[in-house]
Amino acid sequence: MAVVRGITACGAYLPYRRLDLREVAAVCGGGGRKGFRSVASFDEDTTTMAVEAARAALGSVEHVDLGSLWYTTVAPPYFDRTNANTIHAALRLARTTPAYDVLGSVRSGFGSLRAALASPGSALAIGSDLRVGLPGGPDEAYFGDGAGAVAFGDSSDAPVLAEIVAWYAVADEFVDRWRSPGDFRSKVWEERLGDVLYTDAGMAALEGALKQAGLDTAGVDRVVVTGTHGRAVKSVIARAGIAVDAVADELATQIGITGAAHPYLLLAAALQKASPDEIIALVGLADGAEVIIVRTTAALAEHRPARPVAQQLAGGAPLPYGRYLSWRGLLSLEPPRRPEPARVSASAASRSVDWKFGLVGSRSAGGTVSMPPAIGDPERQSMADAIGTIKTFTVDRLSYTPSPPLVFAVVDFDEGGRLPVELTDVDASQVGVGDRVEMVFRRLSSADGIQNYFWKARPLRERNI
Amino acid sequence: MASHGIKDRVAIVGMSCTSFGERWDKGIDELIVEAAEGAYASAGVDRDNVDAYWLGTAQSGMSGLMLSRPLRIFGKPVTRVENFCASGSEAFRQAAYAVASGAYDVAVSLGAEKLKDSGYQGANAFPVPSDGTTRNVTAAAMYSMIVPAYAHRYGIEVSDVKHALARIASKNHHNGSLNPRAQFRREMTVEQLLAQPRVAGELSVFDCAGVADGAAAAVVVRAEDAHRYTDRPLYVKGLSFVVGDGGGVTDPRYDFTTFPEVVASAQDAFRQAGITDPRGSLAMAEVHDCFTPTEMILMEDLGFSERGTAWKEILDGAFDLAGELPVNPDGGLKSFGHPVGASGLRMMFEAWLQLRGEAPQARKIPVSDRSLALTHNLGGYPGEMVSFVSILGTELG
Repeated sequence: MAVVRGITACGAYLPYRRLDLREVAAVCGGGGRKGFRSVASFDEDTTTMAVEAARAALGSVEHVDLGSLWYTTVAPPYFDRTNANTIHAALRLARTTPAYDVLGSVRSGFGSLRAALASPGSALAIGSDLRVGLPGGPDEAYFGDGAGAVAFGDSSDAPVLAEIVAWYAVADEFVDRWRSPGDFRSKVWEERLGDVLYTDAGMAALEGALKQAGLDTAGVDRVVVTGTHGRAVKSVIARAGIAVDAVADELATQIGITGAAHPYLLLAAALQKASPDEIIALVGLADGAEVIIVRTTAALAEHRPARPVAQQLAGGAPLPYGRYLSWRGLLSLEPPRRPEPARVSASAASRSVDWKFGLVGSRSAGGTVSMPPAIGDPERQSMADAIGTIKTFTVDRLSYTPSPPLVFAVVDFDEGGRLPVELTDVDASQVGVGDRVEMVFRRLSSADGIQNYFWKARPLRERNI
Repeated sequence: MASHGIKDRVAIVGMSCTSFGERWDKGIDELIVEAAEGAYASAGVDRDNVDAYWLGTAQSGMSGLMLSRPLRIFGKPVTRVENFCASGSEAFRQAAYAVASGAYDVAVSLGAEKLKDSGYQGANAFPVPSDGTTRNVTAAAMYSMIVPAYAHRYGIEVSDVKHALARIASKNHHNGSLNPRAQFRREMTVEQLLAQPRVAGELSVFDCAGVADGAAAAVVVRAEDAHRYTDRPLYVKGLSFVVGDGGGVTDPRYDFTTFPEVVASAQDAFRQAGITDPRGSLAMAEVHDCFTPTEMILMEDLGFSERGTAWKEILDGAFDLAGELPVNPDGGLKSFGHPVGASGLRMMFEAWLQLRGEAPQARKIPVSDRSLALTHNLGGYPGEMVSFVSILGTELG
C-alpha cells in the first residue's frame, strides 16, 4: 500500500471560563452581544493553551516521537526567544526535535500547518490565541481564546485519520485588520472593503481547491469557513452555495473567534464529528484565503480524542465581566498587599526543565514517587497525566496572586507521590477533601518579562481516560 | 550515637525581654542593645564578663557584626544563627552547649527581630533565586490546612475545630492582657473571634501570631557557678532540636494532623530530663502557637493530650492560666507577638519569671510543687519543620 501523508491526530483546548457577553452593556453602556466568549484564565497565555491543545491531540505525552513542532500565535509572551520551546519542554519532546514560532498574524496559522505537512516524519502544528478587544467594542464580543493542534504523519508510521485531498492558497495585499507592535487591540478598516475582497479571495481559493480535488461544492460533506472578517465568512458561505446542513458551526456565539487557533479548533471539531470517508473543506479568510480539503479514513472510527471539543464546549463556567477585565489587564483590581513573586532564575530553571516544564518526578528503587525528583532516584516518573486526590486544602486570601484568593491543596496521586500545589479553574467555595484533580500547565507569575511556567491542579471534569 | 543532653550542667542566671510589638521608634540595633543590657543587669554582669555570644535572627541582618557593632564589643566570638522561627532557641542551645563543653564560662544568647520595617503585613521570607516551582502561599495558609485534615481524621465538624481554635486565641488574648510586654493586650471572646472574616482557610487574622519587633536574651553559665550570679538559677534539664526531612510535603503518608518533628524533639527532651509524664510533671508550657491550629496539634504532639482529644480539652479549659497545665501564660506568639528570632528566648523568659515566682500576680500560674517548665519553638511548615523543645527547672537532680 502506498504511503499516505495526512492528519494523524488533532485536538483543541478551550479555557474553562466563559464570559456572558450580555454583561458588557451594563458596564460599558453598550457593546457585547447574546452568547458567550471563551476566556483564558489569568494564569494562562497562548503558550500554556498551546501545551494543553497538544496534550489533547497527542493524548499521553509519554513517548511522543515528533520530527518537528510548528507554532503560531498572534499574542506571544516572548519575542526574540522561541515560545515553541516552552511547549517543546512541556511535551518533553526530544532535544533533536526542532520547534519553530511562526508568529504574529492569523494567516501564519496556515503556514504552520503547511510547514508541518511538508516536514519529514511526524510533525505537530499548533495554533493558540488569546484575543482582546477594547471594552464594549465589537472585537471583545467577536473574539475568544483557545488553541488547537494538528499532527501530520505518514501512514507507514501512524494511522492517518484524514488524507489531504487539496490545499490551495491565495495571498492578497490589503489592509483590513491590523495591530501595531505593543498594542493589545487590533483596528479594522470599514467593513465593506474586507467583505468584498475576502469574499473574492475565499471564492478563488475554494474554487481552486475543489478543482485540485476534482470535486464540486455538493461533493463536500462538511465545510468549515472561518476568518478574521465575520461578514465575509457569511458571504463566502452564501456565494459558494453551501448547503445549510453542510456548514460547520463557526462557534462564534459559543466561544468567539480564536484568531490563529480557530482553523485548528474547527478542524479538530469537524474531524471529531465526522465519519470515515467524509470530505471536509476548511476555508480560512486572512490576508487572502487558504483552503484545505481532506478525506477522512477508516482509521477515524477507531480514534478516541482525549478531550473532545464538544465536551469542552458543553463544560465551562461563567466569569463576571469585572474579573474578565482584570484578567486582561483592562481593569486594575487592588492586589493583596504582599510582595510580588521574584523573577525566575534562568540558570535554576535550566537545570530543572523536566520537572518545571514536564512535571517529571522520580521513583526510588522501593517505588516511592518524589516531586520534585529526589537526588539519587534511579527512575524518572512523569506526573503530567496523573490523577490525584485532595488530602487537605486552604483558601489563601493573603498571598500574592493576580486573581485572589489563591486556592491551594495537598494532592496525593494515584501513582504515588504528593504535591502541595495551587488549584486553578476552581471556585474556592467548591473545594473539598477527597476531590479528584488533574494537572494542567500554567503560568504562575511573570516578573521582568520572564514568564514563570509550572503546573497547577484543577478539578477533574471532562476527560476520556 | 545518642542525644545525651546536658541535664543540670548549665544554668540561666539572667534574662531579659523587651516589650514586643510595633516598635516604630526602635531599630534592630536598639532592640539588641536593650535586650543585652537587660540580661547583663539581670545576671549582674557587665559585657566584659561575657566570653561568647550567639545571636538568633531569621532575617533582620547577617553575621556576628549585627550584635558586636551596636554593643561595641571587640574581639569576642559572636555567631549569628538562623533556623527559621526557632532561631532564638537555636542560639540558646549553641550557647548552652558551648558553656557545657567548658569552652566558655559565661555566654549570652540573644534573639532579635525587626519585622515591621518591611512595609507588608505578615512575615515575608527573603527570596532565594529559584526555578519558580516553589510554592507561594503564606504560612497562615499552610497551617490552616490542619483544620480540614484534623476534622476529617477524627470525624468531627470543622465548626468544632474552629470553636477550639477560638478558645485558644481567647485564652492567649486573656493571658496577654495581663502582660505589660505583650503586643496585644485586649481580651477577645470566643464569640468575637468566631465572627472574624477568614484570611486563610478557616483562620482569621486573630488565629495568627502577632507580627512584632522585639528581642530577648539569656546569660548562661556552668551550673556549679550559677549561685555566684543568682539565688534562683534556672537549670537546663533538656534541649532537643530536631529537623525533619521535608517528607511530609512529598509523602502521602503524612496527614497534617501531627508534627512528627515535634514528637521526636519532645521525646528526646523528656528523655534527657527524665520526664515520663509531661502533663503531670510540668508546671507550665510555652508552645509555638504561630497559628491557633498549631497550638491544638502541639497539645497532642507534646504528650499533653491523647490523639484526637486536644480540641475537647482546650474547650474544657485544661490549658488555661488556672487550668491543669497552663500553656502560654504570657499570651504566646498570639498575644505577646512573634519577632521571629526573639520568640524562643521570650518563651524561656516566661519560664524564668514563673518558676522563680516573679510573674505579675494577675498571671501567676497556680502554686504547686512542680518546678519544671517546657518551651517549644518550631519553624517551617506542617510536613517540613524544625522543632525545638527545652525543659528548664529550678531544682537540681
